[in-house]
Amino acid sequence: MLGEYAAEDGRILAGGQSLVPTMAFRLAKPAHLIDINGIAALEKLNVENGSLSIGACVRHAAFHRPALAGPLGALLTTVVHHIAHYPIRLRGTFCGSLAHADPASEWCLVAATVGADITAISTRGTRTIAAADFFAGIMTTALAEDELLARVNLPVLSRDTRFGFCEFSRRAGDYAIAMTLATLRLEGGAIVDPRVGVGGAEAFPRRIPEAEAALAGRAPNEAVLRAAADAAAHAIDPLEDIQADAAYRRDLVRAMTRRALARACA
Amino acid sequence: MSGKHDLVLSVNGRDYAVQVEPRRTLVDAIREDCGLTGTHIGCEHGVCGACTVLVDGAPVRSCLMFAVQAAGKAIRTVEGLATGDELSVLQRAFMEHHGLQCGFCTPGFLMLVTGVLEREPDIGDEELIDVLASNLCRCTGYQNIIKAVRAAAQELRTK
Ligand SMILES: Cc1cc2nc3c(=O)[nH]c(=O)nc-3n(C[C@H](O)[C@H](O)[C@H](O)COP(=O)(O)OP(=O)(O)OC[C@H]3O[C@@H](n4cnc5c(N)ncnc54)[C@H](O)[C@@H]3O)c2cc1C
Ligand code: FES
Ligand code: FES
Repeated sequence: MLGEYAAEDGRILAGGQSLVPTMAFRLAKPAHLIDINGIAALEKLNVENGSLSIGACVRHAAFHRPALAGPLGALLTTVVHHIAHYPIRLRGTFCGSLAHADPASEWCLVAATVGADITAISTRGTRTIAAADFFAGIMTTALAEDELLARVNLPVLSRDTRFGFCEFSRRAGDYAIAMTLATLRLEGGAIVDPRVGVGGAEAFPRRIPEAEAALAGRAPNEAVLRAAADAAAHAIDPLEDIQADAAYRRDLVRAMTRRALARACA
Repeated sequence: MSGKHDLVLSVNGRDYAVQVEPRRTLVDAIREDCGLTGTHIGCEHGVCGACTVLVDGAPVRSCLMFAVQAAGKAIRTVEGLATGDELSVLQRAFMEHHGLQCGFCTPGFLMLVTGVLEREPDIGDEELIDVLASNLCRCTGYQNIIKAVRAAAQELRTK
């Protein structure tokens, strides 16, 4: 159906928690909406082959309690409480957040940081896109007009993975002005496999290799965490908007990164 | 896709046969087509929560749902809370604890909290406060809303 209507400005309607507001502002005026709510096959949320598979109709609220044991479940539950508000979380979907690709979307940050695989289907076939290749700009993704984002797969984190998340926003439930998600392991007193993702600060969330390099193999002490936070603040190309200018965003990224890392190492 | 659709909306247990454009939001259908004006409209883009209603038990922003999406579902609005002249436990608590001033936000808060307490009767205090942050109130400063909701939650748990 999307194949048929995409050319005539047909769009998927998932939770409607971003699309309907943009329609209310007349920023989007789609000619056709294809409502995917109630398609049982898209409601799947399960672990298969070492990854958590999240179908297109899985709502944010599915993560209010851990969806699986271990660090990934805990991470998702920590993060979900920063997304909008309770009623919006009952409707909005994980996959819809990725398709919408707001620079400050928490789920987009999670996808970029842990390395999600995104599955898109169309009448032309099925393809899997790595998160690192998925986001292309502010609210712009690698999805083609006629593609349905069918599911997102997140790799299950090993038992000894630690994580830290920190977000700054003006009011509870607002979009982040800056946020950092960090995951790492500690082996023999040294940081192993560090991942540092920053969101809300640039056109789309991404891992910051400079910050990860400042951590790998080092002891998790105050000086090392500070150096990594400084590296993240320098590495970004900050968005500027009515809420925050570039210098302020850099400062926030530094603070969010330091706190996220401190939480991960605590 | 234009033209009008015939559909039946079940609101507070009563069926309303309405004819709406696919573009019509649920809140507009409830107010204009069903004539139930207890549900308020504030921002019309999901921020304020004045339009909160229950759809199959879930509190949702009815300005962010289309009426056609609610066909066949059980919709509940503020008009359905009282039984005859008897206010619900939550409504009474709002009155006793001065949980409202101008009252514009009240239907939204009542439906939000009614839905949450039905779904999660044992919800913790912290989480309850997080839930109350979903809706905007410009008058009360929230303290009396929190008092009312705590009292109602307590009463419902011991009932
Ligand atoms: C007041 C308010 C505050 C909010 N705060 C936050 C916040 O802090 N953080 C945050 O991340 N989000 C926030 N949101 C947005 C919310 O999380 C949305 O649920 C989410 O951005 C989009 O998901 P959805 O399922 O509602 O998608 P929809 O609104 O239905 O769709 C959004 C877009 O994605 C497309 N789309 C959706 N699903 C698919 C799919 N499976 N395949 C292809 N295309 C698809 C649609 O066509 C549309 O263009 C907020 C929303 C509101 C109203
Ligand atoms: S009118 Fe629906 S949230 Fe404000
Ligand atoms: S009582 Fe006036 S807005 Fe809440």
